[in-house]
Amino acid sequence: LLSFVFSCQFSDSAGYVGFANLPNQVHRKSVKKGFEFTLMVVGESGLGKSTLINSLFLTDLYPERYIPGAAEKIERTVQIEASTVEIEERGVKLRLTVVDTPGYGDAINSQDCFKTIIQYIDNQFERYLHDESGLNRRHIIDNRVHCCFYFISPFGHGLKPLDVEFMKALHGKVNIVPVIAKADTLTLKERERLKRRVLDEISEHGIRIYQLPDADSDEDEEFKEQTRASIPFAVIGSNQLIEVKGKKIRGRLYPWGVVEVENPEHNDFLKLRTMLVTHMQDLQEVTQDLHYENFRSERLKRTGK
Amino acid sequence: PCAGPVESKNEAAMSELVPEPRQKPAVPMKPMGINANLLGYIGIDTIIEQMRKKTMKTGFDFNIMVVGQSGLGKSTLVNTLFKSQVSRKSSGWNREEKIPKTVEIKAIGHVIEEGGVKMKLTVIDTPGFGDQINNENCWEPIEKYINEQYEKFLKEEVNIARKKRIPDTRVHCCLYFISPTGHSLRPLDLEFMKHLSKVVNIIPVIAKADTMTLEEKIEFKQRVRKELEVNGIEFYPQKEFDEDLEDKTENDKIRQESMPFAVVGSDKEYQVNGKRVLGRKTPWGIIEVENLTHCEFALLRDFVIRTHLQDLKEVTHNIHYETYRAKRLNDNGGLPPMTTETEESHESNL
Repeated sequence: LLSFVFSCQFSDSAGYVGFANLPNQVHRKSVKKGFEFTLMVVGESGLGKSTLINSLFLTDLYPERYIPGAAEKIERTVQIEASTVEIEERGVKLRLTVVDTPGYGDAINSQDCFKTIIQYIDNQFERYLHDESGLNRRHIIDNRVHCCFYFISPFGHGLKPLDVEFMKALHGKVNIVPVIAKADTLTLKERERLKRRVLDEISEHGIRIYQLPDADSDEDEEFKEQTRASIPFAVIGSNQLIEVKGKKIRGRLYPWGVVEVENPEHNDFLKLRTMLVTHMQDLQEVTQDLHYENFRSERLKRTGK
Repeated sequence: PCAGPVESKNEAAMSELVPEPRQKPAVPMKPMGINANLLGYIGIDTIIEQMRKKTMKTGFDFNIMVVGQSGLGKSTLVNTLFKSQVSRKSSGWNREEKIPKTVEIKAIGHVIEEGGVKMKLTVIDTPGFGDQINNENCWEPIEKYINEQYEKFLKEEVNIARKKRIPDTRVHCCLYFISPTGHSLRPLDLEFMKHLSKVVNIIPVIAKADTMTLEEKIEFKQRVRKELEVNGIEFYPQKEFDEDLEDKTENDKIRQESMPFAVVGSDKEYQVNGKRVLGRKTPWGIIEVENLTHCEFALLRDFVIRTHLQDLKEVTHNIHYETYRAKRLNDNGGLPPMTTETEESHESNL
């Protein structure tokens, strides 16, 4: 976790001290250390979660995937499966952990299906709390969930009762980013209507989803606004390369046309990816400063420590 | 005197014929043999025309039920099938309407006419199915409704003074909408079809099929067919009711290759290659509902309406209803006290 203490006294008569260089030093250290990020993915089966994750990180996180049939799903409870992958780009190392929740929403009775998920998130907080309070704090591993992509079905009319219940239960524990995958099932009008409906329902139920921080002075204000206005992101993922106008691009080939994953006119994939990678730091911070602190104070109050 | 066909009280039944050789003056008489009625023309085949005319005059009932999670395009599909607004589009974009807390059964009737033939079409919607967090037994209200219609018909049938034409509210066809996950059926799909395939004709359809590429569609269909088979779910057309070899061959092909139909519905028209077509317009192309290379809507339509409509009614009457009736007779040791004697002498109108 990146954090640095920045204290100074600016004296009128002082010349250039040089601590303005600190961010660079932090930056260099982080680059050497690498980043850790844990992304949880939640949604019914068949909403395109795995394909999207693979597309986002240009990897195949699920090579030997087994998809159970309906009869098997009847007996199954929600599982937690974490896969870690190391991604390096331009010298920057990212240790990405994707936490899957197969079985979510599959059962006929889904009443208990997010208990397991809540437990998992709390366990990571618990572990961190324990490590933080321990003697040897040099190598605390941060397995806390920094971000949760919640997948909303593009086939419905908005949020389902399960969606509402889940988000209400989890918005105080993790950064929720609602995503509409398989967005190629919607016409542009349908997409706008669905987004509006989802946002209305989120506000109606007092659900707190992850808010993008205001643009810094060096960031593009307009771009930020556009990104904010696109939430929830309606995305398409694909593991296949299609040839379009001589180029090989990720897409889906239909009899009536080709859907291009990275075409902003087709879907919000690029916006989602940009949002995620440029906000990894912020997502971690909010997890630390808000969700973890909430957990910690609740915990400590309870045990009366 | 010639004996005309004995007409049954039930439109779905075949009439009994008492053949009698008649002379048709226009055709020269051939030498008579024992099987005189094989030579020359009698005119028995005109019965088909007579039945057709009768059907046109009286019209017929058709009751179709749609089941599936909210948002799978059920209403749009039914509207597309019958090219009219016969199903009110569900809550969709109206904020006042919420998902009902229990499964509701909503039947809406319309009379549509085509080529002089009147059809009293009833669309039975089942809002709330599969939409709750806990969907246990959510098929029960549906099963109950279906059985209630059989009961209604039965009560009318055993009446001493019964109507000439018993109003038929029985569900002839149940379209079950499968979510196009691309993976497999969902547990709820299995449970529903297991319970209901025994009481009604179920036609599974894959909804919103424009979400799948050609390969994904083929794979998903195969998977679904396999799952249905493994779980012993007999969807319509059921193998055991194939009447003859011709039926069997035709239905085998439908069962093993075409079904479940992967469909797309739309009530909007667009201009494609100079023609106005029903479709969906996206930034990457227009999906044409009636184009067989895009989706299988036309196959579903032809199947339900143009080729198997009558058979759907017959199987409902001859099989599902009879099963219900037999069970009722056995259970109660008799029918509800409308009649006492007609029990043993009561003949089925078939």
